[in-house]
Amino acid sequence: MFPRLEPLLPLVSKPVQYVGGELNATVKDWDATTVRWCLMYPDAYEVGLPNQGVMILYEILNEQPDVLAERTYAVWPDLERLMREHDVPQFTVDAHRPVGAFDLFGVSFATELGYTNMLTALDLAGIPLHAADRTEDHPVVVAGGHAAFNPEPIADFLDAAVLGDGEEAVLEITDITRRWKAEGSPGGRDELLLRLAETGGIYVPRFHDVEYLPDGRIQRVVPNRDRVPYRVFKRTTMDLDAWPYPKQPLVPLAESVHERMSVEIFRGCTRGCRFCQAGMITRPVRERSIEGIGAMVQRGLAATGFEEVGLLSLSSADHSEIGDITKGLADRYQGTNTSLSLPSTRVDAFNVDLANELSRNGRRSGLTFAPEGGSERIRRVINKMVSEEDLIRTVTTAYANGWRQVKLYFMCGLPTETDEDVLQIAEMAKEVIRAGREASGRKDIRCTISIGGFVPKPHTPFQWASQCDPDTVDARLRKLREAVNSDRNLGRNIGMRYHDGKPSLIEGLLSRGDRRVGRVIERVWREGGRFDGWSEHFSYQRWVDACAAELEPLGVSLDWFTTREREETEVLPWDHLDSGLDKEWLWADWQDALDEREQDDCRWTPCFDCGVCPAMGTDIQVGPTGRKLLPISPVGQGSPVRNPALTAGD
Amino acid sequence: MARTFERALRRAGVPMAYSQGFSPHPKVSWVGAAPTGVASEAEYVEIQVVRELDPEALRRELDAALPPGLDVLEAVTGGPGSLAERIEASLWRVELPGVEPAELAEAVRRLLAAERVDVERLTKDGRRTLDARAAVVSAEVVTESTGDTSRGTGGTSRTAHILDTSDQVEPAALADANGLVTDSDQESGEATAQVADWPERARPCGILVAVVRQTTPAVRPDDVLSALRVVADLVPPVPAKATRMAQGRLDDSGVLGTLVDPLAADRAASPTTTPSGVDDPAVR
Repeated sequence: MFPRLEPLLPLVSKPVQYVGGELNATVKDWDATTVRWCLMYPDAYEVGLPNQGVMILYEILNEQPDVLAERTYAVWPDLERLMREHDVPQFTVDAHRPVGAFDLFGVSFATELGYTNMLTALDLAGIPLHAADRTEDHPVVVAGGHAAFNPEPIADFLDAAVLGDGEEAVLEITDITRRWKAEGSPGGRDELLLRLAETGGIYVPRFHDVEYLPDGRIQRVVPNRDRVPYRVFKRTTMDLDAWPYPKQPLVPLAESVHERMSVEIFRGCTRGCRFCQAGMITRPVRERSIEGIGAMVQRGLAATGFEEVGLLSLSSADHSEIGDITKGLADRYQGTNTSLSLPSTRVDAFNVDLANELSRNGRRSGLTFAPEGGSERIRRVINKMVSEEDLIRTVTTAYANGWRQVKLYFMCGLPTETDEDVLQIAEMAKEVIRAGREASGRKDIRCTISIGGFVPKPHTPFQWASQCDPDTVDARLRKLREAVNSDRNLGRNIGMRYHDGKPSLIEGLLSRGDRRVGRVIERVWREGGRFDGWSEHFSYQRWVDACAAELEPLGVSLDWFTTREREETEVLPWDHLDSGLDKEWLWADWQDALDEREQDDCRWTPCFDCGVCPAMGTDIQVGPTGRKLLPISPVGQGSPVRNPALTAGD
Repeated sequence: MARTFERALRRAGVPMAYSQGFSPHPKVSWVGAAPTGVASEAEYVEIQVVRELDPEALRRELDAALPPGLDVLEAVTGGPGSLAERIEASLWRVELPGVEPAELAEAVRRLLAAERVDVERLTKDGRRTLDARAAVVSAEVVTESTGDTSRGTGGTSRTAHILDTSDQVEPAALADANGLVTDSDQESGEATAQVADWPERARPCGILVAVVRQTTPAVRPDDVLSALRVVADLVPPVPAKATRMAQGRLDDSGVLGTLVDPLAADRAASPTTTPSGVDDPAVR
């Protein structure tokens, strides 16, 4: 259908994002395949394209001979308008096929703010918004990603949801769909969904009924079919070395937010930061081996030509062999203008050797650390165990080694937080500048403090917490800014970046909401809500008004879902969705937070019974392996790839 | 385009030389890169490498590493003198679907008769005015059957068809250094499939062939079309498709379409001549 889309493209901004043609994209013959997936990252192409989850599943599915997978992204409102005017449906960027023609429509939600964009895509695709209105002619709509751990707010729009790692789940869904189609689609759509649900690892919301108490809380969630289990468990892919994806990362023609090749060096994190949903729901830690990492980097650079390699994970410096990995890669790519980055680095794990290895072969950007809380007290509450002394020592060494810019991430609105906790951020930043000037002997060093609003998330110890209201958050941030500016000498070297507290409150509604929130999402979307993750598109008032219209008649409200603290016995909307975390352990950890008691990491101290490993039949997989990256010798001068055809002159 | 090309250099394993400093980058320089939204059959680029390479091996490996539609036609080891000195003008072919050739010819006649034609262009820094006439060395309207500069309408229109919707130019390249020429692949199968649906094919189509000097600020095909609007009120009903057909120094004869091949001198030097590697003055 490209010929129908093409005449619209000169009329929209950045048309290159809609034409596909990425290096390493796959276009298969439609008729030669039996199961066809359309994968969506529900945000703009520039954000969605580099998403590792979509890239991994895209490749795994396309490796199956009889399976076809293509991608689609959220279209900007300018193109949406024209598509409606000219009757052009939501399309894939690979072969420009209509999304409505696929068997399965998988949507990956890294954040809840993509919900309205999914509705746009469904609507443009001609797929009924409500799962109940779909027929056998429509794709099965499957949600995945971290937000799928509480898909209740979008339950009405989904046919199914997968919790956890997708590598094996997509193949299982594919197998079930293939068999059902081969049998002649017995029992229609309902039977296919039942077969998915009875695996116990795929959630089909329509097969669970939610009953409410008179006060608005949930009484219980129960299956309404015999074959459907009470609880749905998350998926865990063990042995990352067996899943070296993406092997052929996509390289777009258009610019994207991450112009680099990424290798996931481990999955999961047991640092136990209490605010961090990712760290809670991806347990246990599973490391990729040093050799597996080396092979992925080599193959990925040859396949993409990128100049930067990102070693991704939730806390990359925690890999048991991170020192050998960074040194080995830096040696191997010496002289090839290839730089390495560790996007998520803890303050206490970082050391100067690592920083210097990273900057040896390429560009030096600033260093980023995430103390998350301004005061030691609040850091005990959130279990982010880093002392001010550690932080100052780390950044001082960085400045002394020639780094000029340090970024510090914090949160505002944490449980038990007071103004004093937040004002400590200013003190810390000033101390960083003071110590940095002394260590570097320069006046032009920078420290940027970046502050995000805290949003309580399901499956974390803070799932019961009251979310801080936006007025309080905004007032604290104002006081913080004043405190930073109060010392002109130090303050001029400190930058401050933050957003107001309103978008966080809506994210909080979508994170901890139940099925009743679906009406709010639909109303917001009908009134024009799109791209809620983008401040220029987000309208707080539209959400507030929709909450008033849709929730208050049901006896609940925006505040009820966000700023209300929950009690231990309350049935939470996601209680039937099993992340492996023992609810009693989560509650105990929540109580420890209130008592400012810390919890150690099970990689170095005995198991503290969070429940995941026994519930999921998994175990921690960490090194060290003691092996080295081979070959250690540099690949050569000028290029990270050795091409025998061009080395004859050596 | 520049990024796509640099990544292909890396995938192909071309031993690039890098600039010094805090943020090193590969030594790649484009001469008169085509503007956004046009196709090209003739782009030239100079690269610097750290060791001697066989130009044909470089051409082949780089061509293989580039996406379909971007072809490396030729690579030569750079001789004395910079590439920029050998490129003075471009030969453009501009298709105007829906414009009668006679109407176009009259507009072109008026343009050539004018001494100066000021056109406006929107730039990052706001609106600026430039004389589009001054850069036009020659211009004429060709027809399908006599279009001696054309390799057939089908071919060129396909190329433009794919590229005019994109934000980025997809010109092709020539490196020198070991240098080369590339063009867009007109014979690509998917392009053929798409052109069949182009609705304007049945309409008349005026084709303009013009030699335009590479000036600063650059006068682009768009500016020439603006000039036609100024002198003759010519407004194409659909966006025109421009393709750069050649670049080079102006031939003294001044005959339309004859530009001196910028690589002629390098090619004349024996291909077996050993270049002096990194210190070669031509590849600085």
